[in-house]
Formats: sequence, C-alpha cells, structure tokens
Amino acid sequence: MLDWLDPVKGFGVTFTTMFKKVPTVEYPEVKAPTMPRFHGRHQLNRWPDGLEKCIGCELCAWACPADAIYVEGGDNTEEERYSPGERYGRVYQINYLRCILCGLCIEACPTRALTMTNEYELADDDRESLIYTKEQLLAPLLPGMEAPPHPMRLGDTEEEYYRMGREQPEAAVSGASADKDSEAAR
Amino acid sequence: MGLEEKLPSGFLLTTVEQVVGFVRKSSMWPATFGLACCAIEMMSAGGPRFDIARFGMERFSATPRQADLMIVAGRVSQKMAPVLRQIYDQMAEPKWVIAMGVCASSGGMFNNYAIVQGVDHIVPVDIYLPGCPPRPEMLLDAVLKLHDKVQNTKLGAHREREIEEIEQRKLRTLPLVQRTEGVTP
Repeated sequence: MLDWLDPVKGFGVTFTTMFKKVPTVEYPEVKAPTMPRFHGRHQLNRWPDGLEKCIGCELCAWACPADAIYVEGGDNTEEERYSPGERYGRVYQINYLRCILCGLCIEACPTRALTMTNEYELADDDRESLIYTKEQLLAPLLPGMEAPPHPMRLGDTEEEYYRMGREQPEAAVSGASADKDSEAAR
Repeated sequence: MGLEEKLPSGFLLTTVEQVVGFVRKSSMWPATFGLACCAIEMMSAGGPRFDIARFGMERFSATPRQADLMIVAGRVSQKMAPVLRQIYDQMAEPKWVIAMGVCASSGGMFNNYAIVQGVDHIVPVDIYLPGCPPRPEMLLDAVLKLHDKVQNTKLGAHREREIEEIEQRKLRTLPLVQRTEGVTP
C-alpha cells in the first residue's frame, strides 16, 4: 500500500546523517594526544644536573624479546664523567625495525633511565636511519642542565648525589645552586 | 634563466615532474595485503574514523592489477613469500610498497626460520613503518611520507642520475656500528 514511501525513507537516513557529528580524525593537521601511558619512542633520561641516568648494565637488552637494543658500557673516570657511579652506556642503539614497543625494557631498567614517550611518527624510507643512536634517544637538556661529561654536581658521594637528585625538582636545579645546597646541607 | 624570469608574478609555473608527482600521489590505490594483526589497523585506517580516502586512496583494491601501492601488513612466512612476489609483479608500474609493522620491515620479534626477515628480501620497499602493530595514525604518517617522496621523484634521465647518486652515497657510508665505534657519545 505505502510501498512507494520506501525510497523516501531510505533518503531519510541519508538526510539525517548530514546533521550527525563526523567521527573522522583530522590527523595530519590536528594531532590528537595519545593515552598518557602510550608506548611510543624511547627516551634516555638525565639527572637534574645533566648527567645520564643510564649505567650501561644491559638489562634492557637482556629483557628485550626482539633483541632490538644494543648497549656497550664504558667506565667513568674523574676527568670524563657521563653518569654518577662507575659505568655509563657508551653505545646505546635501539633498532626500531625490531622493537615491538612492549615496554619490557622499561620494566627492566633499574635506574629509570629508559622510559617511553608518546611520540609515534617513526616511519622512514631507510632501514639504517631507523636504528636510533644514543644522541637521538637522549632527553633534551632542560634549563639548568649541563651536557656531560662533567663532575657530579648534586653531591660528592654517590649516596648524597642520588638523594639530592631525587629531592630537587627536575627543571629548577642549576649546577651551581645544587653545589651550594649540598654544602649547606652538610 | 628561462621563461619564468620574464613572466610577471602571479603565474603558476611548475615542472612536468611536479605535475606527474602530484597526479601520482593524489590517487594511489592500495592493494590489500593484510597478513596478520597489522591488517586490523590497516582496515581501521580504511574505516570512517581514520578515513584513508581523504588522501586519494578511495578503496582498497582487491585486484593487484588496479593497485599502485602494496601495504604489506603483517609477518611474511617463507611460504607466503612467492605469493607476495607474484602479487607485486602483477601490479602495474608505477608501484610502491609500504612495509607496515616491524615483522614486515625486518622480521621483528620473529627471528626464526619460518618468517622472512624483512620483505625487502623479496620486493623493493619504499617506506618502513615500525610499530607492533602501528596505530592507524602511524600508517597515515607513512602514507604521507610516501606521498612526499612520490611528489619529489624525478623522471627519465634525471631519475637515473638520482639513482646513481643515491647508490654512490650508500656505497660510501660506513655501517652504523663502525661509525660509532671510535666516537664517544
């Protein structure tokens, strides 16, 4: 009886869709932030005075299920110090063609040197440039940080250093003031 | 030098290479080659939320003869390798390949006898896309980087010279391990 109305009903669906909100993301122009705990590119963190947190223990490389991490440790000397303590990561490479961004290396890291960022735009046309070296992975120097090698600024002994490093807010510490603080504390 | 210097401003001049690159990148149809979990992300990129059709990839071509871009999504087993190569050979020139996900790019965590350690053993890859699986935004990012590459590809004799230059540059570069050996970071 009212069969002739069916096409009109069909267009009704089309018509109402025009007033619905579009779910499409506008990706390259508007980059929606990821979830806060998204597993993106890695980052090698620093202490507030700029020394590296990585001690070259290779636990991340051992934890990696895809064998994507390559670490070579080196010895710190008094003249050339990259991290507090005895050892530092001299060579640190992550092969993003192998890395499955699972985060097991982050769990394995004893000094919280390795964490993940929310950066995900990693595509490249070259296999070699997807092996990220230490310079690419290291966190940028925040104000107050000084590029290593330099002596420990947050305390003379290691224990003191670690305690000061934890108490100071990360961005606000400068090398000189940290030295004064440690003297005052003594 | 040429004509463009004698013209008043406001004229739109371009080269044949740029026009060809623009045309090629603006309507690049991907072939479906979903092999594993990355295929789910690839399908999601084709859906309404990420909508790959915004970049001229109107549909995923089920036939390789009408496709320009092969998105190898997932790990390629040794048994799948000849099939992959045949699909690639059936595609008409010009054609491009995206290795989507770490398994397609290098074998990823499957470092064993069953999986091809990177599809570049079989087909020439233009863009490597890491991630396990990469989120659809990462695929869109790889597609845009490929578009940029296609736009700036040269033609004919220029292309041959470009290939020769790239080859020479690659031959001169040292492997990464040797480069970092002497340098203290």
